Amino acid sequence: MTNKTPLVELRNMSIAFGGVRAVDDVSVDLYAGEVVGLLGHNGAGKSTLIKMLSGAYGADSGEIFINGEKAKIRNPRDARRYNIETIYQTLALADNLDAASNLFLGRELVTSLGFVDDDAMEAEMRKIMTRLNPNFQKFHEPVSALSGGQRQSVAIARAVYFDAKILIMDEPTAALGPQETQMVSELIKKLKAEGIGIFLISHDIHDVMTLCDRASVMKNGKLVGTVDVDTVTDDELLSMIILGKHPHQKEA
Amino acid sequence: MSTPTTNRSAKTFFNKLGIDLRLLGMIGALVILCVMFDLITGGRFLTPRNLFNLSVQTASVAVMATGMVFVIVTRNIDLSVGSMLGFIGMTVGALQVYYFPDIVGLGHWSIWILASIAAIIMGACLGAVQGWVVGYLTVPAFIVTLGGLLIYRGAMWWVTQGQTVAPLDPTFRLLGGGADGTLGETLSWGGGVVSSLVAVGLILASRRRKANHGFTVKPMWAEGILIALAAGLVLGYVYIMNSYTIAKGALPRIAEARGIELTEGLTLYHGVAIPVIILLVVTIGMTLISTRTRFGRYVYATGGNPEAAELSGINTRMLTVKVFALMGALTGIAAIIASARLGAVDVGLGTLDELRVIAAAVIGGTALAGGFGTIYGAVIGALIMQTLQSGMASVGVDAPLQSIVVGLVLVFAVYIDIVYRRKTGA
Ligand SMILES: Nc1ncnc2c1ncn2[C@@H]1O[C@H](COP(=O)(O)OP(=O)(O)O)[C@@H](O)[C@H]1O
Ligand SMILES: [Mg+2]
Repeated sequence: MTNKTPLVELRNMSIAFGGVRAVDDVSVDLYAGEVVGLLGHNGAGKSTLIKMLSGAYGADSGEIFINGEKAKIRNPRDARRYNIETIYQTLALADNLDAASNLFLGRELVTSLGFVDDDAMEAEMRKIMTRLNPNFQKFHEPVSALSGGQRQSVAIARAVYFDAKILIMDEPTAALGPQETQMVSELIKKLKAEGIGIFLISHDIHDVMTLCDRASVMKNGKLVGTVDVDTVTDDELLSMIILGKHPHQKEA
Repeated sequence: MSTPTTNRSAKTFFNKLGIDLRLLGMIGALVILCVMFDLITGGRFLTPRNLFNLSVQTASVAVMATGMVFVIVTRNIDLSVGSMLGFIGMTVGALQVYYFPDIVGLGHWSIWILASIAAIIMGACLGAVQGWVVGYLTVPAFIVTLGGLLIYRGAMWWVTQGQTVAPLDPTFRLLGGGADGTLGETLSWGGGVVSSLVAVGLILASRRRKANHGFTVKPMWAEGILIALAAGLVLGYVYIMNSYTIAKGALPRIAEARGIELTEGLTLYHGVAIPVIILLVVTIGMTLISTRTRFGRYVYATGGNPEAAELSGINTRMLTVKVFALMGALTGIAAIIASARLGAVDVGLGTLDELRVIAAAVIGGTALAGGFGTIYGAVIGALIMQTLQSGMASVGVDAPLQSIVVGLVLVFAVYIDIVYRRKTGA
């Protein structure tokens, strides 16, 4: 790997819910312009791990470094200040609001008088949607009226609109059709080329092998290991997920 | 019988106007109630006098209902508003009768201002404390405000050891309406014309803004109908209020207050009552807050999905404090109207108002599950409730049966709302 300082470094992160050690002493890092895949079965702790980076959960222990400096991320507002944007697995949309209100939630555009400028926000929403999902038309309906794919594209729009430097994508293509999935893949490549660091949580081994530079595998809250995707086969990656065994054994 | 085609074209007609089915239903219900009571009473219901009283009686509950919309939208409830209204009314009554006169002098012009400010601040503080317990200590709002209901009613008694406070400051009493507490004829017309023009201006400005962004706008005829409706409603109301004559006995007093020479055969008319003006200002202000401010946006976002709101960086706990504080401030305004209207405060003031307020918000389309509700809906809801109650009283329905009918209507209205939501998927 490079010897530059990583964009993000999560060191020895742990968190427990009641008796469940959802994430147990996990360390991962991410460089600018890099895509790191997070893999593992359901319940392995992937979402919980990235929620500590996005400010949704406070870690029980562990440290976060951004550009080599210790970062204090206590809530989602802190994370946004570090230019961390997140597409949550649950999408985290306010179902009763329309697409533009969700895109700008917490960061509304306002008029010179300080009033929310819905028309300007809708115009921006339309602009970004011509890039992400040209078929999208339901700008005036609450997002509860949208299909799964449309909702996902709203969540993606929210993450890419605000000049993220660090992007977290928790199963961003779960509800998408093949065509839309392809579009997200193109988007990831483009953002990567712009120098953005991306954590990509996915169940699709093929996606991970083609899009990611490295992959970190988790099982039962623990880190199995991190590998360069070029140095492993699909099967080796699969056995890491299923058996929790590191193929090269050197780090385990 | 309407065929499916006419049904559909009627639907697109109202769609183009931007009026939804719920609003139409509420207005329909209101019109039916009014016509029905008018028929039964042989034309004694839809009179200027009765409509004047109806709008004045609605004001206090409607003001609180606009705040209750935010409370319910954020998935909370406030059971304390009736008692809080009584507590504030009693405190502010005692201030202006026993306390302020000692400081600024009896009958001083500033008493009504001091009393009003005190009422609003007191409400905001009481509300903020409740909101803090709900938001930060995470005690359910139902319990916190049920506690408030008991506490404020008890505290109200302590203020004067249960004694009625009277008479309130004469200027303060104008805020409650009555023959003196109106704008008078000229001002009413002036205000009506100005607010119609403002409404027209806002509709056209919004149209221009949308067109500038290249969005499709409503057809011009639809805009024209909306403008005609808005202006017609305002001016029609002013016209009716301006045809309600002032009784002979009150003539000399009112003529003097308005600076008109008292001559033989002089007739004066009421005009729009001050509490109705207060309600109008509150309604416009709350509508602005709910649709055009970040705070309003966060209220709805939090009601729709609290977790998503939190993840978007919204401080939902602080938001809860603000929502309850706003509810309290509006309760303070309602306390001013209610106590000023009666001219005196007894320990029963505001009793059961919390239920009227919640019913108004809910009949107006506020969903108890959170996330949905409009300010105008709550005001219309309050108007429907008051119409029902005044109507039944004028028809001669006795009090117990009135309660039964209001209770049934409330449950039925919420059932209709549930069916409507299921159908529209909202
Ligand atoms: N808020 C929470 N409260 C309690 N348990 C939780 C919470 N969030 C996650 N968990 C538990 O933590 C473990 C990891 O969950 P998660 O991070 O969602 O896994 P993944 O995203 O890898 O599928 C699971 O056992 C889950 O039940
Ligand atoms: Mg997950």
